[in-house]
Amino acid sequence: MTHSFPWLSALIVLPLAGAVAVFLVKETGVRLTALGVALADLLLSLPLWWLFDASSGQMQFWEQAVWITTPPIHYRLGVDGISLPLVLMTTALTPLCILISWESIATRIRTFMATLLIMEGAMIGVFTALDFVLFYVFWEAMLIPMYLLIGVWGGPDRLYAAMKFFLYTLAGSVLLLVAILVLYFQGGQTFDILQLSQGTYPKPLQMWLFLAFFAAFAVKVPMFPLHTWLPDAHVEAPTAGSVILASLLLKMGAYGFLRFSLPMLPDASRAFTPLMVTLSVVAIIYGAYMALAQADLKKLIAYSSVSHMGFVTLGLFAFNIQGIEGAVMQMVNHGITTGGLFLCVGVIYERTHSRQIADNVGLTKPMPCYATLLVIFALSSLGLPGTNSFVGEFMVLAGTFLWSKSAAALASLGIILAAAYLLWMVQRVAFGLPSPQFLPKLRDVNQREMVALVPLVVLIFWIGLFPNHLLARMHASVDKVLARTSSSFPVPAQTESRLDPLTPLVRDTGPATEQVGRP
Amino acid sequence: MTFASGDLLLVLPELLVITAACVVLALDPVLHPSQKDGLAWLSLGTLAVCMGLIASQMSHAALAFGGLVVIDAYGCFWKLLLCFVSGLTVLLSYSYLKEERLYFGEYYGFVLLALSGMMVMVSSADLLTIYLGTELMSLSLYVMAGLKRADPRSLEASAKYFVLGAFSSGILLYGISLLYGATGSTRLPAIAAAIAGNSLGDPLLLFATIMLAVGFSFKLAVVPFHMWTPDVYQGAPTSVTAFMAVASKAASFGAFLRVFIEGLGGLKADWSAIFLLLCIATLVLGNVVALVQTNIKRMLAYSSIAHAGYALLGVVAAGRLGESSASGIASVLLYLSLYAFMTFGAFAIVAMLRKGSIEGEEIEDFTGLAKRHPIAALLMMLFMVSLAGIPPTAGFIGKFYVFLSAVEAGMTWLAVLALIFAAISAYYYLRLVMVMYMREPGEVTATSPRLVMSPTLSIVLACAVAGVVIFGFYPNPLVNLATQAVLTLK
Repeated sequence: MTHSFPWLSALIVLPLAGAVAVFLVKETGVRLTALGVALADLLLSLPLWWLFDASSGQMQFWEQAVWITTPPIHYRLGVDGISLPLVLMTTALTPLCILISWESIATRIRTFMATLLIMEGAMIGVFTALDFVLFYVFWEAMLIPMYLLIGVWGGPDRLYAAMKFFLYTLAGSVLLLVAILVLYFQGGQTFDILQLSQGTYPKPLQMWLFLAFFAAFAVKVPMFPLHTWLPDAHVEAPTAGSVILASLLLKMGAYGFLRFSLPMLPDASRAFTPLMVTLSVVAIIYGAYMALAQADLKKLIAYSSVSHMGFVTLGLFAFNIQGIEGAVMQMVNHGITTGGLFLCVGVIYERTHSRQIADNVGLTKPMPCYATLLVIFALSSLGLPGTNSFVGEFMVLAGTFLWSKSAAALASLGIILAAAYLLWMVQRVAFGLPSPQFLPKLRDVNQREMVALVPLVVLIFWIGLFPNHLLARMHASVDKVLARTSSSFPVPAQTESRLDPLTPLVRDTGPATEQVGRP
Repeated sequence: MTFASGDLLLVLPELLVITAACVVLALDPVLHPSQKDGLAWLSLGTLAVCMGLIASQMSHAALAFGGLVVIDAYGCFWKLLLCFVSGLTVLLSYSYLKEERLYFGEYYGFVLLALSGMMVMVSSADLLTIYLGTELMSLSLYVMAGLKRADPRSLEASAKYFVLGAFSSGILLYGISLLYGATGSTRLPAIAAAIAGNSLGDPLLLFATIMLAVGFSFKLAVVPFHMWTPDVYQGAPTSVTAFMAVASKAASFGAFLRVFIEGLGGLKADWSAIFLLLCIATLVLGNVVALVQTNIKRMLAYSSIAHAGYALLGVVAAGRLGESSASGIASVLLYLSLYAFMTFGAFAIVAMLRKGSIEGEEIEDFTGLAKRHPIAALLMMLFMVSLAGIPPTAGFIGKFYVFLSAVEAGMTWLAVLALIFAAISAYYYLRLVMVMYMREPGEVTATSPRLVMSPTLSIVLACAVAGVVIFGFYPNPLVNLATQAVLTLK
């Protein structure tokens, strides 16, 4: 699967070059340059969608070059059906982040745009790297730009939040580094991810390695006891930072579980499944419960992220095709929907300079378009049929149901709670009477903000109504992961009945939400 | 012992440096103050020629003066690094000394004298010659630490350094004499042969090993023999601190590895246990105490202690690996050469902030540096990130190789411990980034004179940042060089 054009390298290098370029152009042209680079990267990434061979579970757009000779470390890139959607999501969301920061970021605009573009390059690197050291370099290279993004352009408590974010994630990833080194010696002196995924390792070693991987990936996801950095970081980060954190950075953790933990350590993954499922279910319910109590919009969405990411890890550890495909779907869906919600909060924060729900009430009259968009994102987030999240959550629950009925039942509680906190939020923000002091400031979304938000709405319905475009591309790759992991698990018959049996689960929230959905 | 004139050719680099030192010292009183800049250029020129000569000796393998001096790739690797760092020191001092109003021509003479001592240390196969080199280096450094004669802290640093340094030299010498008693020689190959013949484990031998370990630990600033480091690093002129933190540490590691691998290689199991304890103590204390420092030079002092701990990790791994110890030793060489770039760069920025009334030594003085001098702040951030070991910088590559050999030696737990402390260290490195980027310049700093990056300082910073970035992205040439160099160490 070699292509003559180095697609993936180009995707990584372009934003990095753009990060340099923003320092060379005139101050007034910085925003346009950054946007141009991000859009060019998006255009460059789109052909991958069609050139990708959906029938193959192999790595495609393969590139390889020697990087370091002793020990053998390679510059090795490739995408499969799991990483392709994530790469595209990265290139799609970065231009939106730049658009939404157009006016809200006034200081050190060059550095800001440069950090955004560096992060884009590093994230594409994370999702495409096929050498463990290269992966780790990209994984860690994310940290400093994100630290600066929160710390320089963040809210009043930004120093604390930035340091907390940094130390949490760094502490997790150093254990990952040790695990990588141990695997190097156990797996035949190689850092090749594909080769390491073929190896078999003794079970006690797998258990230790799983814990080390867990430390790195669970912090990023974030899974239940390790999630405390997330609300702080989200609340303090500027809008673009929140979007990148929620939509892309959290996916790195889930991606890590799927790409490394499951195929490399199948025995340990199976052994830890009860723990992982428990933590996921706790995260789903606890996150939703916490979201109910929040008065700050960003905090509410941050806790809803904890809950939604619980579905992702739940699906991954269901060990069947529905669960894992649902998890990947949910990764994409959460990126789109939560990204949209954070963008919405950013829009209103630019006007009222408050993220408190109490300050931002009754927006339907003064800002009809805004309220419509907000409601669409909220409905997508709570999994209304017809939107993207419905498909993902449905598949995850169907997969979990096959593994454990009680876990599925508990997890579906999370959906009900999600309906509760999101609809309550929508009820307060969209309806009611706006407070007179903010009324003059409540301009409806302008064209620039419209351009940033509408693509996400299109994606929500496109994935919600035609999920097969996405599913068809990840099928073969997920099968390949499953072949490694579920040798002792029955692989249930797949696909046909996938969308039928779970509709009742969501129905109880359905009618109510549909009413609200009509602006 | 026979004396062959060919031997002089082999030690030409050392001779050149010593000659240049003497010329500088002799010219200093004669020259008019305005002409004294020439001394710096003379020193630089000598160093450049030296580096060329040493590079040409890289592939040699020769003994000189009846085995007292070895010319091999291992020694040449260190000598190249030391000459390079000395060159950076001269460049850094050029503008810094003027800022401090220290117009001593002999300063450059002392740099060169210290360098010649270091060069002898790393290219000698005889304990007494190594001792001689160590003393030449230390004596020059004692004087240099006290060059700010009007500043009591500088004098205190010098006195403290001298007393503790002399003490440690005594212990080193004691170890050498005991070793001579046990093996009948001061030559490393002869000692190795004697140890190989005596498999029973002579307690005298063990005691001598401990003494040598303690003596070298003082020079390496390894816990618990690190007490002098923070005070001396803080009190000495910043350019001297940079020189000590990088060059003297590198030279000490060079000599130390040669003694313990070539001479005491038969006792690997014993000494790796000693250094294992020292390594853990160093990592813990260096990183934890650095957390609470408010003075940047003290913080960098503790950071340099901690980094000696990471390098020791490679030494311990080499000891544990036994026959296949090359990768462990190579990781130490690599670590110290990468450490040189980032630490020197950091100290260069500290020296740059020394302006008029502002000391530039408190971490608070860095407040809002990103606004006042964006380039300096960016560079300092790079050095801090690299010191914290975060990719893609040189610091990560150094740590990667050290940890790789630790895991290879089966000490995964130690790698985990060291990495956890690396994560802790990120806190104090990033605190500086926070101060520079996330706080507004205060009243004092906002009204301070504009910061200027002099041309010589720019060259220093360019070299340092090039090392940090280039070797961060593409360390292959340096890795290969270090691997080659280690092969000559038997």
